[in-house]
Amino acid sequence: MASDSDSDGDFVTFGTPLEPLEEDEPLRKPVPLYEQTVKDEKGRYQRFHGAFTGGFSAGYFNTVGTKEGWTPATFVSSRQQKAGRQNARPEDFMDEEDLGDHGIAPRQITTTADFASGRKDVIRDKARAITSLSAPIPGDTVLEDLVAPARSSMGVELLRKMGWKDGQGVGPRVKRRLCKQRADSATRAFGSASPPNGSSESQDEEDGEFVPENVTFAPKDVTPIDFTPKVDLHGLGYRGLNPLAALRGGPGTGHINLFTMDSDRTNSLFGEDRKGQRRRGGVAGQGFGVGAMEDDDEDIYHRDIMSNYDTVLGGEEPGNGLYGWTAPQQYNRKKKDHSKDAAYLGKILEGFTLASDKLETKTIFPPPNLPRDFRPVHYFRPVVDLSSVSPMVAQALQTSRGHMAQEEPSKGGRHQLDSAQRRELLGEATLQGPSSVFDLLKVEDRERLSSLRRPSSDTSSGPRQPTPGEARAAVVAAGVAAAAARASAQKALSSRFAPHAEQQQQEALSVWSGPTAQAQTGQTFKPFERTPHKQARYDLYIDQLKQGDRDALELSLDPTMTEWERGRERDEFVRAALLYKPSSSSLSCRFTRGKQDDGVEADTVEVTRDQENDVDDKQAAVKMKMFGKLTRDTFEWHPDNLLCKRFNVPDPYPGSGFVGMPKVKRDKFSVFNFLTVSESPTASASPAPQGVKPSEPGKRSRWDVSGQAGDKERKEKDPVSEFLSVARIEASGSGPEASTTDGPTTDPTVEPDTEQKEEEEEEESRPSMDLFKAIFASSSDEKSSSSSEGESEEEEEKEEGVRSKAGTGPQISNQLNVNTTQPAPPVSTTPSQHPDILFKTPSGPAAAPPPRDQEMEEEEFGPRLPPPSSTLTAERRPSPTPSAKDDKHKKKCKEKHKAKKHGKHKKDKKQKKKHKRHKHKGKQKKTKKEESSDSSSEGSDGNGQEEGGGVSTEELLRRLKSIRGKNLQ
Amino acid sequence: MSFPQPKPEVPQLPQNLLRTIDCQQGAVRAVRFNADGNYLLSCGSDKSLKLWSVSRGTLLKTYSGHGYEVLDADGSYDNSQLCSCSSDKTVILWDVATGQVTRKLRGHAGKVNCVQFNEEATVILSGSIDGTVRCWDTRSRKFDPIQILDEAQDGVSSLKVSEHELLTGSVDGRVRRYDLRMGQLHVDFINSPITCVCFSADGQCTLTSSLDSTVRLLDKSTGEMLGEYTGHKMKGYKLDCCLSSKDTHVLSCSEDGHVYCWDLVEGSLMLKLPVGKAVVQSLSFHPSETRLLTAMEGRVQVWGAEPEETEEEVVVVQQEKA
Repeated sequence: MASDSDSDGDFVTFGTPLEPLEEDEPLRKPVPLYEQTVKDEKGRYQRFHGAFTGGFSAGYFNTVGTKEGWTPATFVSSRQQKAGRQNARPEDFMDEEDLGDHGIAPRQITTTADFASGRKDVIRDKARAITSLSAPIPGDTVLEDLVAPARSSMGVELLRKMGWKDGQGVGPRVKRRLCKQRADSATRAFGSASPPNGSSESQDEEDGEFVPENVTFAPKDVTPIDFTPKVDLHGLGYRGLNPLAALRGGPGTGHINLFTMDSDRTNSLFGEDRKGQRRRGGVAGQGFGVGAMEDDDEDIYHRDIMSNYDTVLGGEEPGNGLYGWTAPQQYNRKKKDHSKDAAYLGKILEGFTLASDKLETKTIFPPPNLPRDFRPVHYFRPVVDLSSVSPMVAQALQTSRGHMAQEEPSKGGRHQLDSAQRRELLGEATLQGPSSVFDLLKVEDRERLSSLRRPSSDTSSGPRQPTPGEARAAVVAAGVAAAAARASAQKALSSRFAPHAEQQQQEALSVWSGPTAQAQTGQTFKPFERTPHKQARYDLYIDQLKQGDRDALELSLDPTMTEWERGRERDEFVRAALLYKPSSSSLSCRFTRGKQDDGVEADTVEVTRDQENDVDDKQAAVKMKMFGKLTRDTFEWHPDNLLCKRFNVPDPYPGSGFVGMPKVKRDKFSVFNFLTVSESPTASASPAPQGVKPSEPGKRSRWDVSGQAGDKERKEKDPVSEFLSVARIEASGSGPEASTTDGPTTDPTVEPDTEQKEEEEEEESRPSMDLFKAIFASSSDEKSSSSSEGESEEEEEKEEGVRSKAGTGPQISNQLNVNTTQPAPPVSTTPSQHPDILFKTPSGPAAAPPPRDQEMEEEEFGPRLPPPSSTLTAERRPSPTPSAKDDKHKKKCKEKHKAKKHGKHKKDKKQKKKHKRHKHKGKQKKTKKEESSDSSSEGSDGNGQEEGGGVSTEELLRRLKSIRGKNLQ
Repeated sequence: MSFPQPKPEVPQLPQNLLRTIDCQQGAVRAVRFNADGNYLLSCGSDKSLKLWSVSRGTLLKTYSGHGYEVLDADGSYDNSQLCSCSSDKTVILWDVATGQVTRKLRGHAGKVNCVQFNEEATVILSGSIDGTVRCWDTRSRKFDPIQILDEAQDGVSSLKVSEHELLTGSVDGRVRRYDLRMGQLHVDFINSPITCVCFSADGQCTLTSSLDSTVRLLDKSTGEMLGEYTGHKMKGYKLDCCLSSKDTHVLSCSEDGHVYCWDLVEGSLMLKLPVGKAVVQSLSFHPSETRLLTAMEGRVQVWGAEPEETEEEVVVVQQEKA
């Protein structure tokens, strides 16, 4: 241990001194390694453990046992002493080292750590001692120290013997001044970049701390080091970047040092002169570089200076000059509390200082003032099950208690809501139907019930009053009597005028207070129209009936009238109310109102309020590709409430009573209705030639209007059909008519023509019936029917094509034009001049008749579905494009039909044909699609070419030519 | 001082055929991914609806109960339910696991072209050739539609549902967008029968394909045209179009047996995927990955960005055997 150099007297000697070395003694032979063994008192090798704990012996070359090895214990037969030596104890396997002083089971009494009041960790112990000082009861460990067995280590005991006291530091006693100066000189000597905080030092010297010259102090005690386990994977001393501190950017964030070596001392050192040039934000600091926006770059490289490190082991703590926790309190407190004590007006007791932080005062609220008539006895009200009692009774009970009916469910949570309350919360409409069971009861039963109910409600309101028993009974009796009297008086009063007046009143009430009656707002019946006063009174009566008021009649009557008059009026009102009661609720829920009233409003029709803008403008806009405002219409649209709920969206129009687009009633035959329908062709009154009726535009289903456009377009674009049409034109030689028919109609400059005109042209260009007969002489009745069907289909198609032209605008008609008019020079002949020319007009539809099977028939409304797998149709259609194949095939069939049946067709067969087609459905379903496509030509299968299916284009052309040739002849 | 942005990765296109599934159910009318893209639904013209694994190409379940060819199908977000619509005018809600019909919804007057669940599978929306869209409730026991949207003047060919919006394309050449939150109906006039409508993934645009062989990208809020994509052939058939999962490309079926893929911004044709000789009827893009389903005739093909070596050969061999 250390000792002061200047004083000789206080040498302390420990341990046994070595023998003084003699000069002449010869050098001893060094002991070989294997002989450096420790032996016990018996001369055996000293073992560190007993046999039980491992038997490790530092014996023979630090191995187990002896040179011979380890000999097991001799075998002892347990035959004779089986019962005695059943259980071996642990001690059986121990040798004397185990049982000795340092073994596992020592045989003498020692103090163990188990009873040392948990004093295992000296450091923790000291920390506890320090905290105990600041605890409310200082020194609560004192008692423990008294009681618990004192067991201090040898070092502590030695220190005590040397004069050390608990709480002091270890080392020679120093003078206060000297110690401080030494620390300062140490920091100066190592050179710090920034000046040390000499201010504090000077203050220390100036404030005249009590430092006597001849008094020395024990060195400061070293506070226990806080050992926090290192759980992270950082390097030693690395702290990591705290994102909050780095990104906060406010004042107070300076250089972020990632190492913990700078304690609060360096912070205080650096803190003052760095304050001005703080970064404003962003991640900055050591290892992060300097951004482009930063103008100072001094922080990138961490300058390590010696002042960051402690120069003295366990040197003094930075700020406070606390000399251990045993240092006198007044000296170090003095400076801090100086100003505060001075500021305090009043006498500070000796030995006390002013508290640094004020004690928080508890605010105490006074207890509530009791009302004067409060009695601390709880009275339990009778619990009435609301579900078991009728709603009226329940309501009476609740109101008598001073509760509103609505308050009840709020306590119970959503599971206690009944359906009506839920409905109210959800904002749903009332269900149609009887509102309560009462509505379903007979009148007499209801009457009886109500008479029963009235006294019961009175009695039930009785016990509410917290009066003593006698008073309560008296009140109840009075209530019952009063109710009875009232009822009897009423009865007497009413029975004077009408025998069943009461019954009727009840009936009227039940009828009018039903939900259906409430819903019927537009009540038009006015029985007393001639006397407005009376009517007004009647209306009041009805209103109150609707509200379910039982005294409706009495309230609505004029009190100035005589008794007799009132009696009569009462009678009248009741009868009128019953006579013109709203349709019974149970009945009304079975019927729905007619969509349109047949009577007065018969000639109005409901149309959507908002109409679309002009389609022509839109088409122009689309053509110019000016999508946006021109092509967009925005309407008000009301989604269903339930739909909104399912989509988790609030209802945009919570109160609206309808869904969809807002509708208005319009005059059915108003001109405006027709003005809005721009696409519907105006039926012209031009005479139809050859007795052909004009097609009714209204009869057309609306979805085949422009849907066919797709078909049409597709067919028109079809290369094969295009080719065919060209070929046809060529086949007709120099036929100037070739382009005549389609030319004018499809002229892009011409506005979409009315359908009627088109048809006219078609009809006119048809050849006479004789011609067809001449060609196809073998046609039978059956054929004619089927072919006329096909024919009319063609007609329909034509119409559709034309309509699609009208509907879908000039684009399509352009395409038509391309297909038909390009190949041949346009000739200005009108078709009407050449009615005998064959195959002019129908060429368009003939070139592209749609497939006629059942599926396709459906699909003609809109885009079609592609044909099924080519594996099914491969044998039938070698050509890759199924649509082309389809068309080709069908074209051929159509051509034939047309040729056969041209003259016969009638426009009005359209409807009939549809029926027929439906009839055919069953048959067609069974066949394959391709075959069914042929089914439209059932009758004409005799030609045999249909079965082949794949007729080549050449064949078709050849036939066309031959037909034309015949025709021209 | 700052570094230039790294060049964004070139979006990949599904140009490699991963596998071909022969569905054995007639013509495949529609093919759809499920919500997470691991399974696909194929709607067959033989009245059956089939569920397949995309990665293996194996048949998992067949749902039969329709009376005519199935035209469209959709899977719920939790994969527990399917809905399908058919030419038999019905919409059927299926239980995925058992394959049983949960409910069969009748009410349409014509064949039902398209069907969709809403986001929480509480409503089924179906668009029919009768010009109506019907909203069927899957929660209540009512078999009547909640609401019938009969604004379309012609058959409804396509239908899409977003969070609170309903997009319908009709043969009358109009795209209608019902905004439930605002309570408004926006009608965009296209002037050609609409075959397919889509929302973009960001919900700002709508994509419409129409029978004038044009696919148009419209701004959802204003209705202005943002892009026009042409080159394919769509003149007579109801074919699908879609956007890629990251809205980078526009894809459309074509009648010439290709799938056309355009760059969304530039409008240039990026890829012309040869699917086969017949009409590509339906396609569906994977919700997150670069994966595409196409349906042609009786086959469904799976396309991906990178070729997949495993199993593909086997499938092809089986295909040839069959």
